[in-house]
Amino acid sequence: MTEPATVLQARGVVKVFGQHRALDDVSIDLRAGEVHALLGENGAGKSTLIKILTGAYQATEGEVLLEGQPVRFADPLQAQAAGIGTVYQEVNLLPNRSVAENLFLGHQPTRFGFVQKKVIYAKARAVLATYGLDVDVRAELGSYSVAVQQIVAIARAVELSGKVLVLDEPTASLDRNEVDRLFDIIRQLKARGLAIIFITHFLDQVFAISDRMTVLRNGKLIGTSSLKDVSPTDVVRMMLGKDLEILHPVSTAAEGASGPVMLSFDGFGKPGKVAPVTLDIHRGEVVGVAGLLGSGRTELARLMFGVDTAESGKVTMNGKEISLRSPVQAVQAGFGFCPEDRKADGIFGDLSVRENLIIALQAKLGWFKALNRDEQLEIAGRYAEALDIRAANHDMPIKLLSGGNQQKVILGRWLAIDPNFLILDEPTRGIDVGAHAEIVRTINRLREDGLGLLVISSELDEIVAYSSRVVVMRDRQMVAELHGQDISPKIIVQAIAAQHQEAAE
Amino acid sequence: MNRSLRPLAATAIIFLLCYLAAVIQFPSMLSTRVLGNFLTDNAFLGITAVGMTFVILSGGIDLSVGAVIGFTGVLIAVLISHFGMHPLAAFAVTLTIAALFGAAMGAAIHYMQVPSFIVTLAGMFLARGAASVISPDSIPINHDFYTSVSQAYLLMPGGGRLSLIGGIMVLVFVVGALVAHRTRFGSYVYALGGNTTSAALMGVPVARTTILIYTLSSFLAGLSGVIFSLYTSAGYSLAAVGVELDAIGAVVIGGTLLTGGYGFVAGTFIGVMLMGLVQTYIIFDGTLSSWWTKIVIGVLLFMFILLQRIVFAASAPRKKAFWKV
Repeated sequence: MTEPATVLQARGVVKVFGQHRALDDVSIDLRAGEVHALLGENGAGKSTLIKILTGAYQATEGEVLLEGQPVRFADPLQAQAAGIGTVYQEVNLLPNRSVAENLFLGHQPTRFGFVQKKVIYAKARAVLATYGLDVDVRAELGSYSVAVQQIVAIARAVELSGKVLVLDEPTASLDRNEVDRLFDIIRQLKARGLAIIFITHFLDQVFAISDRMTVLRNGKLIGTSSLKDVSPTDVVRMMLGKDLEILHPVSTAAEGASGPVMLSFDGFGKPGKVAPVTLDIHRGEVVGVAGLLGSGRTELARLMFGVDTAESGKVTMNGKEISLRSPVQAVQAGFGFCPEDRKADGIFGDLSVRENLIIALQAKLGWFKALNRDEQLEIAGRYAEALDIRAANHDMPIKLLSGGNQQKVILGRWLAIDPNFLILDEPTRGIDVGAHAEIVRTINRLREDGLGLLVISSELDEIVAYSSRVVVMRDRQMVAELHGQDISPKIIVQAIAAQHQEAAE
Repeated sequence: MNRSLRPLAATAIIFLLCYLAAVIQFPSMLSTRVLGNFLTDNAFLGITAVGMTFVILSGGIDLSVGAVIGFTGVLIAVLISHFGMHPLAAFAVTLTIAALFGAAMGAAIHYMQVPSFIVTLAGMFLARGAASVISPDSIPINHDFYTSVSQAYLLMPGGGRLSLIGGIMVLVFVVGALVAHRTRFGSYVYALGGNTTSAALMGVPVARTTILIYTLSSFLAGLSGVIFSLYTSAGYSLAAVGVELDAIGAVVIGGTLLTGGYGFVAGTFIGVMLMGLVQTYIIFDGTLSSWWTKIVIGVLLFMFILLQRIVFAASAPRKKAFWKV
């Protein structure tokens, strides 16, 4: 059999922003019917390369060839028309319009200038059926889950383009079951002969679905190889240029080391959100929270921080009952909360790193004790150094920082109020492998400093690495509390899945 | 029921209930004559409100429409009375100017990335100022064409009169509804109101759509100025002050979400009729101060904004996916 045809090719691509060479002589080739993983830490140049391939940027040097012909796209629409479709990390569709309209917007068939709705609905149903999706195509897209929206986005990209499909972290907000569904669809599209570029932070997913991979580091091409020939360790080594401790998780957090009870939640819950939870938090311990997406993990965090108000139970702190009816009260009690959706709920994108760092402290101090500029600079400097926040200067808008650095700023924000109890919801989501290890190290250090932490994460290896105890959530209930030897990915998975086994019996 | 249909249904029900209550008190309100007057008296507000619906659906706001009505009224009066132009020629000139004015505002909003609130606020001052510069006084229009057109009507069963200007408003609503719900341009308007970034990535011509939306709004405000001048047979620079707010009110009462993306042109029609009903009721009653209209409309607006909050906040259920296994 001959080698499959190369569909899209980039040769010697260079992209310069001002002084900075974001891409330096990078080449990549995509074959028909392959899933090609594009890997690299944040800032390695993945997005820049993708943006050049899809027409959002133009290469400074080098060329892009589509089916052997040199192409130059002025904007993503031209690339789309030429056959290169992109599905972005955050679903970029219109939640207020119908599923069908989202599939065909801009390409609706018209008669006498009027859109033929019936034709669109029929076509939409037919298209989605090939993806195994049976939804009411007339309903608002926003009424469906992110997974469905993701599939609609893929269907749109394939429908309009049909040669190359770029998937930019499509699995970031899906649970395991939904990821499996998505992978089935990717395999199907692969069989149809599409060339698929797959970007993700999850290495296991790379190995599960990809045929080949290309690794970038600091804007340079490190290598392209078939995944059959490499091990995960090789891949990480290529990405980082070093071995990484996170791949060898050792539960360092012995339970006996934790201090006295600091906080206890007693029958704490809210109907429809989280069934009553009873949980003690000790000084110097990390309580890991495991569970599938939608199992009530985030709801529990929001309840504990007073974002949603609990309707049952009480909270005692150091033996005294406290009220947690709003985040302000939680902050007064020395709580900190790093939310799951960093961009929407965590950072103030247009404010500077410094302002983002001091805002919680300022909120705690109140209106009348404004921190002056020198104090702000001092505090920002201290935490930026302590957490190794890499920003050109502390007055640049935080939205320009990488995900890992943003997360560290949010952590620093709460550390500035000298907290007792930190709630971290998916602190490592969307963060590259290097920064990932640093966040894990920071969590361990905070525990040693005597803080109580509650950390929610989908990555079991990670939970195992830092938790003194693990709480498992399922169906908005706390279903298990694991100690000592029980803290292993295998047992956690069993606890999460217990219900499914019962159902099968 | 589709979420965005609920506010519309609520408006329709409230209108019917109010009308029923009014008819019980004043049985003579149930006649085609009163209905015909509804249409005639609110024609200029209705036409502007159609344009405003498009603007609000796209997530913007147009504060200039009242001033544009005033401006076109004065310009028409001057062109006819001082320059002796035929009214139809004067209409064509002013409508072109109004449309270009809207296009310029749309371009400023898109290319300079200035919020529509600011741009159209500036547009409001500009248009109102320009109207006063042309003539600060009220200019009467005496032209045979005016007399014949403003008296043209279609006799409805029951003795009611569907005046030409009322008919134009109904026509504008019908065309507006078709454009909003059945054309690609309409779907682009909703797309912009849903999420501008997504819309751009999906290939919506954002620049063209934005410019067209404000062109349409200003054009309809101009048309509304034409209607207003037919209705009053005069042009006055301070005419239609605050109409932009009435139009926004009608749109919101009609069930369109003020933040854009959800709503119906037909809802705006009911919104306008509801406002007209309140006015007519107060005239029928005779003892109430006309300012009660404002109070009732204020209460209604508040109710509808509250209703939308409830409908859109509480009923955002994530439907389960139905997988074919």
